[in-house]
Amino acid sequence: MLVLGGLAALVVTSPGWPAVQETFFSWKAIKSSFPDVLGGFWLDVKMFVIVEVVVLILGLVIALVRTSTSPALFPFRLIATVYTDLFRGIPTILLVYLVGFGIPALQLSGLPTNPVVLGGIALSLSYSAYVAEVYRAGIASIHRSQRDAALALGLTPSRALRHVILPQAIRRVGPPLLNDFISLQKDVALISILGPQEAFRIAEITAASTFNYSPLIAAAVLYLAVTVPMARLVDRLGGQSGVKA
Amino acid sequence: MSVPVLEMKGVTKAFGDTEVLRGIDLAVEEHRAVALIGASGSGKSTLLRCADLLEEIDDGDILLDGEVITDPSVDKVVVRRRLGLVFQAYNLFPHMTVLENVVLGEVRAHGVPRAQAEERGRELLARFGLADRERDRPDSLSGGQQQRVAMVRAFASRPRALLLDEVTSALDPELVGDVLEAIRDLKGEGVTMMLATHEMGFAREVADSVAFLHEGRIVEIGPPEQVLGDPQQPETQRFLRRLRL
Repeated sequence: MLVLGGLAALVVTSPGWPAVQETFFSWKAIKSSFPDVLGGFWLDVKMFVIVEVVVLILGLVIALVRTSTSPALFPFRLIATVYTDLFRGIPTILLVYLVGFGIPALQLSGLPTNPVVLGGIALSLSYSAYVAEVYRAGIASIHRSQRDAALALGLTPSRALRHVILPQAIRRVGPPLLNDFISLQKDVALISILGPQEAFRIAEITAASTFNYSPLIAAAVLYLAVTVPMARLVDRLGGQSGVKA
Repeated sequence: MSVPVLEMKGVTKAFGDTEVLRGIDLAVEEHRAVALIGASGSGKSTLLRCADLLEEIDDGDILLDGEVITDPSVDKVVVRRRLGLVFQAYNLFPHMTVLENVVLGEVRAHGVPRAQAEERGRELLARFGLADRERDRPDSLSGGQQQRVAMVRAFASRPRALLLDEVTSALDPELVGDVLEAIRDLKGEGVTMMLATHEMGFAREVADSVAFLHEGRIVEIGPPEQVLGDPQQPETQRFLRRLRL
């Protein structure tokens, strides 16, 4: 607290502060731009929710393929491994560029051209690779004896996975998954590169037209309004699973 | 003579270069209990795990009711439904209640309607002194209670034989009695069992025959009073002498 207070005092008393305050923290500019930025923020939220659902499902499928042991599934395991290596290894912003500008450039009919959809696809590719690895770590963390116990009861391997291993694994990876959600909620701003009028994009446009960056602060506050409660939720879940583990 | 419930013929099993079972011949007749004794690493647990097809044997045959179950064409899942296995470390499912643990196999492996499985599960839990714990999570129970739940879980589907893998070894001494009482109870009902145990007094009391395993071989087998009271083989004598010290 003391350190934060000291830093705040240092910033506020710095020689450039009045100018910074006017350009970044103009209450008037924040207020006047807020409705537009908020309007754009709904797109972020919608995007976040849809991509998150896709990511949770796709990530789980990839993780299940990667943890499978059947020799028949080897080609799928290989694909899943390449998928995670590839999309986890490329910066998200680059993926947004490649998918957002590359796919329409192919001029193939049937492929989406809507930048919102393309941005969503790029984010889904990137985050499903991350989330798959989180799931996989969770599955690997469940002791082999749990599977043995389920098999000994006469469950098929897939039912052992579904009723015994996955419920425990998913519980265990709740906090790290939520962490990735927070990250995704912020990265939705990356689709602004492709043009959709989401919060950051609108704030940027407003800032450019008024020579005042305060609308960006309005956007930042909106992001925080979603990410901070999620962070607290991570803390709470982490505390709970800590007791169990 | 009738067909034994469980029969091993020349069973061998190696983990890498370590030969754990070196030609086991053993039969468990209906309503009989065979106790496996021997030092840690003598192959007792492996033998039980092989019988429940959780480990694949390298050579020999295991028969259940006269049918070879170690043939690659046999569906392991179906075989396991006819056997019950209780583990040293209980291996209860921590994300389920006691009753859910007990009915999982019945409902998901045997297709018993849930209501019916629960009714039978409650009866069994009550019989083993666990009537008031059905809604609890396993980790809120004492070790002795957890192991009795594990026994109920393995016995719920009335398996042809119950395999007990050192079920009292992880327990505090004062909790062992209740679990032994539960085994005694099942034996009294005529349940066929094969149990690995360190409790010589108990083996003498409950087992119809005792097999002494040493370095993956059955060195001596016979009625408990003979194997435990008047062992003929030097390895058996040495093992029992060391226990009495």
